[in-house]
Amino acid sequence: MSIAITTQIICFTVLSSVVIIGALGVVLLESIVYSAFLLGGVFMSVAGLYLLLNASFVAAAQVLVYVGAVNVLIIFAIMLVNKKEDLKPVNAIKSRRIISTSICLTLLSLLIRVDLTQVWNLSNPQDSIGEESTIRIGEHLFSDYLLPFEVASVLLLMAMIGAIVLARRDVMSKDISTGLPVDQELIEKTSEPLLTNKN
Amino acid sequence: MEYGLDLEYSFNEILKGFGLSSEIAHIIWLPLPMLLVLVAAVVGVLVTVWLERKISAAAQQRIGPEYAGALGVLQPIADGLKLLVKEDIIPAKADGILFTAGPILVLVPVILSWLIVPFGQNLLISNVGIGIFLWIALSSIQPIGLLMSGYASNNKYSLLGGLRAAAQSISYEIPLALSVLAIVLMTNSLSTVDIVNQQSGAGILSWNIWRQPVGFIVFWICALAECERLPFDLPEAEEELVAGYQTEYAGMKFALFYLGSYINLILSALLVSILYLGGWGFPIPVELIAKFFNLPINSPLIQVFTASIGIVMTVLKAYLLVFIAILLRWTTPRVRIDQLLDLGWKFLLPISLANLLITAGLKLAFPQFFGG
Repeated sequence: MSIAITTQIICFTVLSSVVIIGALGVVLLESIVYSAFLLGGVFMSVAGLYLLLNASFVAAAQVLVYVGAVNVLIIFAIMLVNKKEDLKPVNAIKSRRIISTSICLTLLSLLIRVDLTQVWNLSNPQDSIGEESTIRIGEHLFSDYLLPFEVASVLLLMAMIGAIVLARRDVMSKDISTGLPVDQELIEKTSEPLLTNKN
Repeated sequence: MEYGLDLEYSFNEILKGFGLSSEIAHIIWLPLPMLLVLVAAVVGVLVTVWLERKISAAAQQRIGPEYAGALGVLQPIADGLKLLVKEDIIPAKADGILFTAGPILVLVPVILSWLIVPFGQNLLISNVGIGIFLWIALSSIQPIGLLMSGYASNNKYSLLGGLRAAAQSISYEIPLALSVLAIVLMTNSLSTVDIVNQQSGAGILSWNIWRQPVGFIVFWICALAECERLPFDLPEAEEELVAGYQTEYAGMKFALFYLGSYINLILSALLVSILYLGGWGFPIPVELIAKFFNLPINSPLIQVFTASIGIVMTVLKAYLLVFIAILLRWTTPRVRIDQLLDLGWKFLLPISLANLLITAGLKLAFPQFFGG
């Protein structure tokens, strides 16, 4: 076995164990802050797996989008609303857990089946594109994947407008649910100051 | 353009001369450039700290460090030693794991980004295809470390500082990436080596700063904001937040933040010089000079000479920018947080978008000047 292959196997083992253990930690840990940070670690390891597959552009995009944007926003949101409060016990927790476990196991079996039936080896090793992938992704985004790409951007725009409307309720003069005129001063007052329960 | 020294090749040839296989030679070679760049980065920090002390002193009509070595050049080493032997304190009510991991997460991406900084045609650790995009991706990890240390300190000033740092970092990343995108559009490549080569045609006249003046200014403002330098040092505004996310840190953990911020400053200056000021290029092309004196461009002596000129030019340009950054720090007041976000989202973002569109249009109209 050559040194390159050994290094690759070691990297793969470390990265995949970090992904699995980290993902379990995200789901099972009680502290939501730890979960959020572990999620970042999982995203990073997935980027590492992409690197091992010679998809460096996808790896960098993964880091930029998932770690740099999604995970930072999640942590940001957690830190802005982080109140130490005892959560109410949920009804029928046991049956809920059973249902979610069975759904997850079904998904897992589906993935295992895909893994076993798919032929992963390239018929011709020359077909691997490596560094060319950036160009190839760009070509696809502007030809056959143009419509999904644009639809995704419209979706994001809708989500953003929704978020702005939710965050700035003063732009509306009427309450959506009750239909009564909105008391602007009340909105100002109810917005709690940051960090009231910290220390 | 395949000229210049290839140290890796020569080194491997020497080791093969000793009867080693090429794989083992490659493994012995691998850590050498990394170590060299790490040492260069740390020495660069020492120089920058000294410059900061001296220039701030000159700006305030003081003398500055004087007794530690000639002109106080040993002062940064004394600072570093002090931080090294200081007691490492973790506050009693802090979250130990996150408190330790925070500074590491801030420093490591910055050091990793040195991977793509070229000092010459072959003088960089790795000419990865995604080049400059790697730096943009890596610098987006930093806010997580800042949020982590701000949260783990269990201190309201730290948390506020961390939140401010992350907000600032993510808002200025977008115009930064857009102005890099305009350069990439002109180069047709993400690789930093290609970006420099694209500017090397006619010496100083072909540098990107003439073709991308708006992009240059936007990039520089955003780079200063990403480095949290004054006028954008709100995350550690002393009058309001004690020291922001660094408040509870002492000893080596504080030194990691300190090192990270200065390495980031030097890295940003290097990248500005690579993207806009022709990188390792001499203001007059070296080939022209060689031709003028009738020297063969491929002779070993000329090769070594051009390589050293390349390193000197890169470092010189970077330190000129560091000097401007230090001068800015000691002459400008701090902006408020709302002004900062206004500047980022309402001014720099539209301007950089317009710059990108205009660059694309100019590229279609004048392909010979704006990259075909």
